[in-house]
Amino acid sequence: MTGGFTTNHLVYLLNGLLWTVILSALAFLLGGVAGFFVMLARTSTMRWLRRVSLLYVQFIQGMPLLILMFVIYFGLGVIGIEVPPLVAASLGMMIYSSAYLGEIWRGCVESVPRTQFEAAECLALTRWQTLKDVILPQALRIATPPTVGFMVQLIKNTSLASVVGFVELTRAAQVINNSLFQPFLVFGIAAAFYFCVCYPLSVWSRSLERKLNVGRR
Amino acid sequence: MNYQFDFAALLPYWKDFLAGALTTVQMTVVAVAIGLVIGVLCAVARRSAYAWLRLIVGIYIEVVRNTPFIVQIFFIFFGLSSIGITMPVFFAAVFAMVINVGAYTAEIVRAGMEAVHPSQIEAAEALGLSRFQIYRDIILMPAIERVYPALTSQFILMMLSTSITSQISAEELTGVANNIQSYTFRSFETYIVIALLYLAITYLLRAGFHLIALGIFPRRRRLGTPL
Repeated sequence: MTGGFTTNHLVYLLNGLLWTVILSALAFLLGGVAGFFVMLARTSTMRWLRRVSLLYVQFIQGMPLLILMFVIYFGLGVIGIEVPPLVAASLGMMIYSSAYLGEIWRGCVESVPRTQFEAAECLALTRWQTLKDVILPQALRIATPPTVGFMVQLIKNTSLASVVGFVELTRAAQVINNSLFQPFLVFGIAAAFYFCVCYPLSVWSRSLERKLNVGRR
Repeated sequence: MNYQFDFAALLPYWKDFLAGALTTVQMTVVAVAIGLVIGVLCAVARRSAYAWLRLIVGIYIEVVRNTPFIVQIFFIFFGLSSIGITMPVFFAAVFAMVINVGAYTAEIVRAGMEAVHPSQIEAAEALGLSRFQIYRDIILMPAIERVYPALTSQFILMMLSTSITSQISAEELTGVANNIQSYTFRSFETYIVIALLYLAITYLLRAGFHLIALGIFPRRRRLGTPL
């Protein structure tokens, strides 16, 4: 309607892509650290800790990320902390990814054969030594493909940060579309950007999985 | 931190919350039912003898799986209206969901079909079963049974994703909540309430999928163990 798609718009979208990548990286790093603790709690020897962490995981996995974002964004405002959208979005993504990563990694730790735990116990290793020297190195190999796969989910889900006003790729596309009204073009380019980031990761995850399964065929 | 929680302000709107939850469930059931059919067809097409069919289906699956749902919705909803095709928001939302569910289902079912041992198919051929019978009884049903947990998790994720359709002003649970919080100015409480409602729907769906599994997989019903 008013003017065409110019390089300025493309630069704006690329800038949005940059923020998407930054937010994804933040979410993965922070969520990874938190998820590690969730995994420890889920595989803990203390029953109450397992129960509490299970409740946490089920709670987070049972509500949409969009609602989590809203709760955090409005919740922080309510208790009187004004935060920039980047912080609210990172916090939301961190909590979200900690629940999923914690659960993925718990599965990996538990798929290490039981006898490995028993052998470590016979050698009088402490719980922490068992994890650090025996279990985690083996679990890491199993955990890599699903973790990379989850990164794809994470990158796609950063698009929901747009609802709390954080200008990443999706928000940038919305802003441009509001002025140009060329949805196929604008959202098509945005989708292509997401695809360029996510597809290589998907392919990588799949090839890792194939390598891991070689022994079983 | 001296915020006064006031859930009572939301009480007059309980019917709206319920209607929103019902719409969410409706959208999910319709999208999953159609998406499942499309997904299974695509999974079968991925094994087709025609290279062009495999390619097209492959592109569809990869494009959908590697782009965010919200961008897909905007693309479909605003895109269709820009070329003069307008439809009710409910249909646009369900349409986008069907396309999304279809791609994910196809990928999950394909993984299940790959796990069916070739000797099973050879045995079925030796018994003179028709191609259709082999697909239905030897490949598809065992494949779906094997990937059933992954499939249902994906469907529940889809139910949670219906919240995103509120961005094109669909009147499902989140859309309703957006309205209510603008009447009451009780945004924090509203979103806590619907978070709990989503949790309840998640558990209901899980229970429903479990019952369905008992119904359609006789092995599970008789022996109490999955494949």
